[in-house]
This record gives sequence, structure tokens and C-alpha cells, in this order.
Amino acid sequence: MKPTRLSECGNWVLDRFPITKFWNDHMAHYYAPKNFNIWYFFGSLALLVLVNQIITGILLTMNYKPDAKLAFDSVEYIMRDVPWGWLVRYMHSTGASAFFIVIYLHMFRALIYGSFKHPRELIWIFGMLLFVALMAEAFMGYLLPWGQMSFWGAQVIISLFSAIPVIGDDLSLWIRGDYVIADATLNRFFAFHVIAVPLVLVMLVFMHLVALHEVGSNNPDGIEIKASKDPWGHPVDGIPFHPYYTVKDLVGVGVFLVFFATVIFYMPEVGGYFLEHANFIPADPMKTPEHIAPVWYFTPFYSILRAIPDKFAGVIGMGGSIVVLFLMPWLDRCKVKSIRYRGGIFKKALFLFVVSFLALGYLGTQPVTPIATTMARLFTAIYFGFFLLMPIYTRWEKTKPVPRRLTKLQTLEEQLHAIEEQLPAFIEEITEIKTTTTEIGDAAFRATFFNRRPNPKGIAHVLSRLAVRLKGSLD
Amino acid sequence: MNNKGVDKSKRQFLTSALTVVGAVGSGYLAVPFLAQMQPSVKAMAAGAPVEVDISKMETGQLIRVAWRGKPVWVLNRTPEVLETLKTLDAELRDPLSNDSEQPGSSKNQVRSQKPDIFVAVGLCTHLGCSPIFRPEVAPVDLGEKWKGGFFCPCHGSWFDLAGRVYRGVPAPTNLEIPPYRYASETRIIIGEAAEEKNA
Repeated sequence: MKPTRLSECGNWVLDRFPITKFWNDHMAHYYAPKNFNIWYFFGSLALLVLVNQIITGILLTMNYKPDAKLAFDSVEYIMRDVPWGWLVRYMHSTGASAFFIVIYLHMFRALIYGSFKHPRELIWIFGMLLFVALMAEAFMGYLLPWGQMSFWGAQVIISLFSAIPVIGDDLSLWIRGDYVIADATLNRFFAFHVIAVPLVLVMLVFMHLVALHEVGSNNPDGIEIKASKDPWGHPVDGIPFHPYYTVKDLVGVGVFLVFFATVIFYMPEVGGYFLEHANFIPADPMKTPEHIAPVWYFTPFYSILRAIPDKFAGVIGMGGSIVVLFLMPWLDRCKVKSIRYRGGIFKKALFLFVVSFLALGYLGTQPVTPIATTMARLFTAIYFGFFLLMPIYTRWEKTKPVPRRLTKLQTLEEQLHAIEEQLPAFIEEITEIKTTTTEIGDAAFRATFFNRRPNPKGIAHVLSRLAVRLKGSLD
Repeated sequence: MNNKGVDKSKRQFLTSALTVVGAVGSGYLAVPFLAQMQPSVKAMAAGAPVEVDISKMETGQLIRVAWRGKPVWVLNRTPEVLETLKTLDAELRDPLSNDSEQPGSSKNQVRSQKPDIFVAVGLCTHLGCSPIFRPEVAPVDLGEKWKGGFFCPCHGSWFDLAGRVYRGVPAPTNLEIPPYRYASETRIIIGEAAEEKNA
């Protein structure tokens, strides 16, 4: 074919800027395991939310005023007078919470399938740095509306630094730029929130992805797909990321957007969890709200802070609860990655950890009472127990044999068929037939009925079988 | 290319020297970058003294004034309150204010220059929330042991009406007392130290 003007133009660019090569390396010829399940949506969703935050954030800065006298009113101005300002702001505030939901699920995925283990330790470390940067970003952004909760939340969190011995007071003064939270603090938090931390976030995302594409994705079986390759050098259990996973992720995006839009349009405050009620009152340095609590995504760590009765130890505990996450690749001594082939003791420990994380999160939103404090201490102990005892209990694990190739899971249809086949026998077992004779009308007319009734013995059998199977699947 | 006659140690020296000079230069540049986040001259100058007129205060009344952006309380304590303060020592962490911040003129059991007029910075010494003024004795929500005082809603710290912290709460020290002096019988200047009698 004779080169056309257009293709010559294209070649001119490609000779100087290898966009096709980049596309092939990271999309069209990037092989990902073929068995990604629902847990693998959250990475791409996090990227989507990041883009949402950047775009809506840029729009918000066009009308927001980072000045202690003007900030609160400028947010109300955005909500009431700027065309579609309310939508942009709710997209940004809901996006912040959505970011943490997606990231927590993304991290949980890494925990259950062992995605933090060799050779992916650095992906995990970059991811944890992203999580810390994200928390800083969210915290500083929360000061900007300059409401009561913004002000007193920042007051409490910055005071945490003053608990550090020797340099603490000077450090918190340096962070605030004034003796109290004031205009200087607001202005610098704006600078960090809008320029500094987003740049760090984007850079870390880049590093996270470079590291991921170097070693390749993990998968629900926790097997390295690069171990078995076809004659052309492609992993036999891999499929090109584009189009297979771009299309799959689009479905995830669709489902996510349904939830996202529902929150934005029908419940943007989510009962005071996404936007706290006290934050609709302008900041008043003279008066603390009756009950202050951080936004929901910080509450597990806040609970740990409150649970420890000493100021400095509390701060150490809160910092430590995040630092231990960084150490995961070295705390877990089990060679098997996926929870599918791991021992029961890890499954039980992980279950306890999830329960304590959720419980700490709930307790962090509640006022302090003696019972709540005791509970928070118990769950804090479990939280740290999960990580610090991990080198011990993961050694005892009785793991199952790991297959060499990816396993095929039963489809929903096959599962339904199997259930359909077993259903009659199952009904036979949990019920029994009883004949009853009933008199109808006067004694002359008798009728005999065959009734199916629940059979207690059969039900007990089924339940005990179920319990044994459940335990078996855990061990 | 001929690498035979290259003096590698000289190159090594030049590289090291440049690295060190560069590091020192960056260190110097870091000082203004970091120091510009310190409080500005304007912020430091804003700590001007505040004058409070207490002539119209009733007994038991608390007023709040802003000093250096912080809430400062002025409380006119009743004689009953002053009696109660004498009985609390056993329940307090630092009843004589040995480890707390206050000017020498307020380092006594009631933590004030004149026993009835109490002046304090209204920020909890734990994490800086402003405690709530709860003068009533044994209210339902705080329980039998409450003798009147300041309650911090953030993390549940208890202070008595002299700003002294109870045992077993997160706050480590008593409430801070700012420097203040009486310009006359009814006017207090907050932010200027009183003349020390025993100095």
C-alpha cells in the first residue's frame, strides 16, 4: 500500500514519540491473569475516583476562597449561586468517601490473595504510601470548608504532633503557622491540598503501576502466571489487558457510577457520615461542638488513639496501626499467597481483624463511655495481635496444595444445576410425611391427609453436615 | 578509546566534592523554605493584651474573651465553689500545679490572684478542644462524683473549677493560666504579667 499523507504524518510522530509502543507494553500486549474476579475492580475504580477528584477539585478552586473570613461563605456561594456548583461540590465530597471505600476494598483484596508478597513487596509499599498521602490529602481538604468540625478536627489532629517529646510544640507551631488554627493554617492547607499532595499522589500512582507492570498482576489463585508460557512467550493463563479487562472494568465503572450517583443526588451527606452536621456551622475558635468525631474513614485509627489512656502512647498507637501495615510482606511467613489454599488459622485471624477494624470504625463515631472504651481497647488488642503475632501463627499454618495452573471456578449456572439436582433429596431429608386424619363436619366424614412436616432429626443432620463443611473450608 | 591513562581517583574526588557542595547548598536553601512556614511577624505581633471589664459580672458567671485567637475564660466563683475546691486534692493529678503552666502569682490551690476571679485559657491540655463549663453538682450525665467544673467533650477529660485536672483522664496537666494583671479593681489586662510579689 502506498503511504498516504496521513500515515506519513503518523509515522513522523511515532518516530519521535513511541505512543504505540507504550500502548502495547501496558495495554494491548500486557498479559493479565484470566481469572480476575470482582475484587479486581477496585484498582481501576480508584483511578477513576482520582480523576474525578482532580477535575471537580479544579472546578471548585475557581470559586473557593482560602481565607478564614471568606472560606465558609464561599463554599455556601458555590452551593447556592454558582451554576451546578452544588453538583461539583457533592461530587468532590462524595468522591472523597468513595475513594476510601474503594481503597479499603482494594487493600483487603491484597490481604486475602497475598498480593503484597514476594515479588510484589514494593507494589504494596507504594500502595501504602499512597494510602498515607491520601489520608493527608483528605485531612487537609476537610479543613477548607472552615466549619466547626473542620476547625476542631484540625485542632485535635495537629495537637497530636505536640505529644512528641522535645520537638512536639515547635513542630505543631510550624505546621499551624500560628499559635492556633488560623488563616495561615487554612491558606497552607489549601496549598498542600491543591498542589503538593496531588502531585505526590499522581507520582506514587505512576510508581505503583510501573512496579505492577514489571512483575505482573497477582490473581485469586495466587499463582505466578509467568511460570507457564506458550511457545510465543505469552503466559498460557494470561489474556491481554486490552480489550479483555478494559471492557470488564467498564462494567465495574457502570455499577460504581450507579451507587455514586445515588449518593450524590439522594443522600449527599449520608446521615452525617460523608458531610458532618457540625460542619454546617462556621468555625468558632471559642466553642467546641458537643461531640466531635472525624469523618468515617479515619474513625478506626481515631478509636485506637482514644482507647490508649496516655497522650503520647495514644499517638504512638495510632501511628503504629498504620506502620504495621507497611510491614505486612515481612510479617506474613506463609509461602502460599491466596486464601483459597491457606490454613484455617489465617482465615480466622483475618476474620477477627476485619471485625475489629469495623468495630473500631463504629466506636470512633460514638461518644466516649466506659463500656465503649473497654470495647475499643479489646479491639485495639486484636488489631495489633493480627499483625504482631502473624510471624508466629503463619508458621503453623496447614496449607492446601497449590495448583500449578489457574483453576476453573464453577459458573453460577453450573452451581444452580448442581443445586437443582440435589434439591429433591434435600427436601426428602429435612421433611417427613405424616398421615393425619381429620374430621370434616360431622363424624361420619373422615379424610386422611398426607402432610409434609419439618423433620427435626433431618434438619439437625443437615446443619451438622453444613458446620463440618464450613470448618473444613476454613482449615 | 584509550582509558589507560585515566586517573580515576581524581574523578572520584571531584564527584565527591561536587556532591558535598551540592548537599550543603541544598541544606542552606532548605532553611528559608522550611522557616517561611513559621508564624509570620504579623502573627507573632497579634498577641496584644486584651482588657476585660469585670465590674458587671455576677457571682457564678463565666465570660469568654479571645486572646491570641484562643478562648480565655474569666469566671467569678461563688464562696461555695471555693469551699469545694479545698476538698478535692485526693482526686486530682496535680493539685498544687507543680507540673502545670501558670504565672507564679497563680500557682496556688485556687489558681488565681484573687480567690474569686479565675482566669484560664479555655483549651484542654490533651488535644486542644475547648471544655464545657458545667458548674452544677452531680448532673445526670456526668454522675455523682461531679462537683462542678469543666468537661471536655472530645475525649472526656475532667477539670475542677480551678482548672485542675482529675486523675484517670487523658489530659496530662491542669489548664493553662495566661499572664494577667489587675489594672484596677474591675479591669483585668490579659497578656501582661502581674508584678511578682515574691520575686
